[in-house]
Amino acid sequence: MNIIVCIKQVPGTNNVNVDPETGTLIRDGVTSKMNPNDLFALELGLKLIEKNGGTLKVVTMGPPSANEVIKEAIYMGADSGVIISDRKFGGADVLATSYTLCSGIKTMGDYDLILTGKQTTDGDTAQVGSELAEHLNIPHSANIHNVELIDNKLRYTSNLENRIIVADITMPCLLCADEDINTPRLPSYKRKKEFNDCKELIRTITFEDVEDKDENHYGLKGSPTNVERIFEPDKTKEKEIFDGDSDLLANKTFELLRKHRFI
Amino acid sequence: MGLKINHKLINNDVANILVNLCPFKAITYDNFKLEINAACKMCKMCVRQGPTGAITFEEDKVETINKDEYKGICVYVDYEFGSIHNVTFELIGKAKQLAKVINHPVYALLIGHDTDEASKQLLEYGVDKVFVYEDELLKDFDMQRYTNCFEDFINKNKPSSILVGATNIGRALAPRVAARFHTGLTADCTKLEMKENTDLVQIRPAFGGNIMAQIINPNHRPQFATVRYKVFDMPKKVDNPTGSIEKIDIDKKWLKSDVTIISVEEKPKQLDISEADIIIAIGRGLKNKNDITMIEELASLLNATIACSRPMVEEGFFDSKHQIGLSGKTVKPKLIITIGISGAIQFASGMRNADSIIAINNDPNAQIFDVANYGIVADLYDVVPKLIKRIKEDETYV
Repeated sequence: MNIIVCIKQVPGTNNVNVDPETGTLIRDGVTSKMNPNDLFALELGLKLIEKNGGTLKVVTMGPPSANEVIKEAIYMGADSGVIISDRKFGGADVLATSYTLCSGIKTMGDYDLILTGKQTTDGDTAQVGSELAEHLNIPHSANIHNVELIDNKLRYTSNLENRIIVADITMPCLLCADEDINTPRLPSYKRKKEFNDCKELIRTITFEDVEDKDENHYGLKGSPTNVERIFEPDKTKEKEIFDGDSDLLANKTFELLRKHRFI
Repeated sequence: MGLKINHKLINNDVANILVNLCPFKAITYDNFKLEINAACKMCKMCVRQGPTGAITFEEDKVETINKDEYKGICVYVDYEFGSIHNVTFELIGKAKQLAKVINHPVYALLIGHDTDEASKQLLEYGVDKVFVYEDELLKDFDMQRYTNCFEDFINKNKPSSILVGATNIGRALAPRVAARFHTGLTADCTKLEMKENTDLVQIRPAFGGNIMAQIINPNHRPQFATVRYKVFDMPKKVDNPTGSIEKIDIDKKWLKSDVTIISVEEKPKQLDISEADIIIAIGRGLKNKNDITMIEELASLLNATIACSRPMVEEGFFDSKHQIGLSGKTVKPKLIITIGISGAIQFASGMRNADSIIAINNDPNAQIFDVANYGIVADLYDVVPKLIKRIKEDETYV
């Protein structure tokens, strides 16, 4: 079977603040990493390939530096990767992002299964997988814990709020992996030495390569949502801070609990 | 539409300022050429804060839609096993407030099987009209079938805004439907307001950081928003429900599905921290897994449920169902005591709506004190045992 796993490069830290004087966004640190939830999807895909044979490609969308996460995926076991990168794709919201991924994936040949992580740590929206499936016009399911190939269909286990569903889905399809469903393998040193900078295995897709060349479908122009303003969260108005001797503080806490009738 | 670099104004100094200004490292300066790459998040910081005119934002004239054609605020009903998830009622309460601003009706969209009781219950909360898609094949949630029914509802009724509870089902269904209509969807909104021009103002934590973003969907309808359970208040029932129920004839071709359900197993009732009235949340300040006993003792004295921040789950101290925050649960208890939690927005956005917040942390500058009503600046290993002792002393009095 042929599998495509969607991955994303995210900031190593989530520490973004607004400078109160200038209103500037300040992001600490420069490190970035693969979105942790994507590792579960990748591991799920690699296991399926090991068992049933086939190829596993990864795809990401982002600035040129995002090829680092493709390399990581190849060191883990992916056969090759595609980076969808173009200035025209920048400033995309969920709709434009999923549409761009769809256009990119359409250039990648036949596939049986697309896997995504649950959500990214920098967007936390958990929407791209569902929207991508809709654009590709294939069935999809989310919160996936386990997948097996049975009689040319995929049998998955989906863990929802109050029940566990086992179901068969036809291929091609898209499945969004839940978090913590497996222990992702580490990148292999051997593969790292073998493939080095993975130059031959990574392909870049730009606006020129996608079939739909209507710029209104991509990036900022293809994004229905607009960020009107960004601001610091409200700080709670009524508040008291107590400092000092711990005996007094313990007593103060006790009084607060009593005052609000929790004791 | 987009950012435009005025290359005449770019020199080394200007370029350096811009490169350093961009919080997403999307501006690069190589070989005397300034470029904005695909990491751009369109925060427009470079336009507002950069040297004047160096980067400008160009707006295109866009074809505007006729917003008057879209009327009504619809709440998708999260309905399973014969019961409606409470987030639905919370959203109905919010929808009524929003609808009032623009004088729109409030709709409920109910997809499922055996829906009569549920429809009546929805009317009791003051919904103007319940649209029911009922069929045996809609008994269990099925992405394709539900999406098709949802599509039919939108095509026939053209609602202006659609609110969906951010449950496991809502979080998968809403984006699928939104993508079908090529419209915008904002996930996990923490605040919703209505403009007079019917634009839904959606506020949520953004960029994975300590920032809130106000998002609108100015030229697309319907506008989709998902909201988590316990973000909005539970509304009261109305005295005299006046709404109506409309059952839609199901077209069999909507019920085609590529998914065959093999088994559905109800999970044993699990701990749900979002249902708790009193929560003690523990964070990285706790050094040792064994120290949880101390927290458990305090929790049992206060009859509280124990929850935690993300690092505690990553450390393996707690199972993820205890986790509060954007990647965990949203809680709205009467009281939450946070112990040893610094309070990054990841966590804070999951608990800031608690009625009372007491924060214990040894760092006086911890962000948790920004959201707390009462801050106790102390080492948890010092103050928690003393608090336990104090409560016990009190009990012996009684």
